Amino acid sequence: MLDIITNMLSMCIPFSVALLLASIGEMFNQRAGVFNLGCEGVMAMGAFVGMLIPFLAGHGGPVSEWYNVLGFVAAALLGALFGLFFGLITVTFRAPQGIAGIGLQMFGVGTAGTLFRHFVGGTQSIPGIPDIEIPLLSKIPFLGDVFFSHNIMAYLAYILVPVAWYVLFKTYWGLKVRAVGTNPRAADSMGINVSRTRYEALIVGGALAGLAGAYLSIAQAKMFSDSLISGRGFIAVALVYFGHWHPVQIMGGALLFTFAQTFQTIVQSMGISFPYELAVMLPYVLVIVVLSFTSRNQITAPTALGKPFNREIRT
Amino acid sequence: MDRRIKSLKMEHITKTFPGVLATDDISISVGEGEVLALVGENGAGKTTLMNILMGLYQPDEGQIFINDVPVHFKGPEDAFRAGLGMVHQTYMLVANMTVTENVALGYRNAGEKHFDLKTVRRRIEEVSSRYGLMVNPDAYIWQLSVGEQQKVELVKTLCLGARFLILDEPTSALTPQEVDELIVLLQRMTKELSIIFISHKLQEVKALSNKVTILRHGKVVFSGNTDDYSSQEIAAKMTGHDIVLPMNEGGKKRGETVLSVQNAVVMSDRKTPALNNLNLDISAGEIVGLAGVSGNGQRELAEAINGLRKVESGNIVFLGKDITNKTPREIIDAGMGYIPEERNTEGIVPPFSIKENFVLKDVSSGLFSSACFINGKKIDATAEKLVKRFDVRCPGIDTAAGSLSGGNIQKVILAREIERHPKFLVAVYPTRGLDMGAVEFIHSELLKIRESGIGILLISEELDEIMNLSDRIAVIYKGSIQRVLDKKEATRERLGILMAGVKEE
Repeated sequence: MLDIITNMLSMCIPFSVALLLASIGEMFNQRAGVFNLGCEGVMAMGAFVGMLIPFLAGHGGPVSEWYNVLGFVAAALLGALFGLFFGLITVTFRAPQGIAGIGLQMFGVGTAGTLFRHFVGGTQSIPGIPDIEIPLLSKIPFLGDVFFSHNIMAYLAYILVPVAWYVLFKTYWGLKVRAVGTNPRAADSMGINVSRTRYEALIVGGALAGLAGAYLSIAQAKMFSDSLISGRGFIAVALVYFGHWHPVQIMGGALLFTFAQTFQTIVQSMGISFPYELAVMLPYVLVIVVLSFTSRNQITAPTALGKPFNREIRT
Repeated sequence: MDRRIKSLKMEHITKTFPGVLATDDISISVGEGEVLALVGENGAGKTTLMNILMGLYQPDEGQIFINDVPVHFKGPEDAFRAGLGMVHQTYMLVANMTVTENVALGYRNAGEKHFDLKTVRRRIEEVSSRYGLMVNPDAYIWQLSVGEQQKVELVKTLCLGARFLILDEPTSALTPQEVDELIVLLQRMTKELSIIFISHKLQEVKALSNKVTILRHGKVVFSGNTDDYSSQEIAAKMTGHDIVLPMNEGGKKRGETVLSVQNAVVMSDRKTPALNNLNLDISAGEIVGLAGVSGNGQRELAEAINGLRKVESGNIVFLGKDITNKTPREIIDAGMGYIPEERNTEGIVPPFSIKENFVLKDVSSGLFSSACFINGKKIDATAEKLVKRFDVRCPGIDTAAGSLSGGNIQKVILAREIERHPKFLVAVYPTRGLDMGAVEFIHSELLKIRESGIGILLISEELDEIMNLSDRIAVIYKGSIQRVLDKKEATRERLGILMAGVKEE
């Protein structure tokens, strides 16, 4: 029994990484007042590019670690580019963000799938990246398996949580991001360039979504398929609300969701007779239930979320 | 950086917005240590002019001079650097950040390279003790009252190095006590700073300014020394005609009791008691003014009468019928008229056209529809008639009501309520934020309704308004009526004491 629990918990951290990266990125978008429903599409593109580079280098065989690094970097750059593009549509042209986001999602998922069939063809696996056992710490029974035997990206993603907190609450840039997402008119009157700040946040958010996708293909699945992302981009958006735009609470949400998911996987693998369709639903239902019971805290919310800003038009 | 501003001039400033000429060849000038009052009705172009001065808008024509050197501000950061600072009418504060963070936001643009919240915090403390503006640097903006937020705005502007202050209607959201405090504070500050302040309250203009410039429809119509002119003269120049606010002359027998609130207990949004066994009777053909410092249950009383807030215990009787906790529809059908506090969110549906807003309360009654079809012609005819009769200044009856100025929105609401021939009217802050011309119009309409034998509950924070219009004045304090005074017994002093919660023997 302890084995099963250890197993379940040690899956939790690596499986939550993609969600964590994407939702921290989405948090920066939303704190700046733009919600990017296209996260799913950016992740798909990131996953495809991230997998393509080590695949082309080794044709499925072993490759130098640097190709994996290159995969992650390319995915982040591509994600940043998508963030820039989304900024052009929603900040400069002031298109409705919901519609633009759905467009970006369809564009990203469709393009990634099409390019995948053109350049790769069918299911092909890549070697992926190894787990790093942290000396001494990983030898601690139970805790060692749960916390200290994961791949490098998992550690980096969790270091990102305090970093994101610091950036958001302790730097001038974070102050600007929060201001343009809550009261852009006030930020404008203080001489802050609202559009530019929103662009910057979108680029950061896009890069993180791209990385999240590459993590899924390079580190987690070690392959790409059309259904690789399977709604994680949308869950990431939901987790931002769930976590009240705060990195630590978002991390809690990502862990809770992943825990529910691994729980249902393990329950299924144990052969307990339970309709699997219902089991698969569990984590998603959980998110909806928690979202509908969390208080709508208007105090921390970026109140200008979803509203384009135009200095000379009063609303 | 510490260059003094010996003179500031704006010359021939013209700015058009789509379809509107907001400022038309305006010139103003202010010298060192001077206070210029910029006066005019809503929509006269005062705020636009100041936004141009701060670099928020670019003028189509005209130039700004500081110490006779032409300057060009591309954005507010340039204006900060020149030593200008503006306190906007709607406060430019970010609610989910602390006072320190809000000040820090502008710091880098005021020429400071370093971002360090501790330095900012020290600077806030310096400024607040120097000018006697007490603020807590660690408080979140959402925790502060409107008056405190304004102090934060002033501190912020001063911290960023402003030696020339622009204040846009600084008193419009303050209670009378806060206004007095602010005037004293500004008088002290004028020793070190030059100030332009926008207002249409002439009392303040007289108390604070050396010079006054009056704008009307985007043009300067008058400039002069404040001391040379009386408030009446300035008011007349502002509206273009002499303003005499109408008075309730009294002299009518009270009719039957129409509305009777008996022992009402109502909760506020925060689930604390807002009305505590409140009793109030109002008769046909009289105006009862409800005086009180805002937040003492005025809003809750108006909402309880109109079925918008649950009455926990007690009764509200209207024309002999119990309307306690009835639906708003039933209360409207019983003949209740209502001018709500928030004209933009409760009084109208902003994106709907003027004509649609006129018939909002009647669409289900069959008056403007047959079967399930709206009778467009009838609505148009009614709307044209009302726009003319109430002098609603608008491009046409199909204009979105939300695009009108405050005064015209209020006229639309008033027109709708009066046209429905109510048997009683609850008017909540009916002239808040309106200019003198609009106030005059609304006051005379309210008096006309009274003449026709309809009772009115007038809720207001302006004592002058209440004293001018009411037959009787009820003072509300902490959710119950302190005392009801007859018009003749009411003086400002006596009302002030009652409003502060002091019981009379």
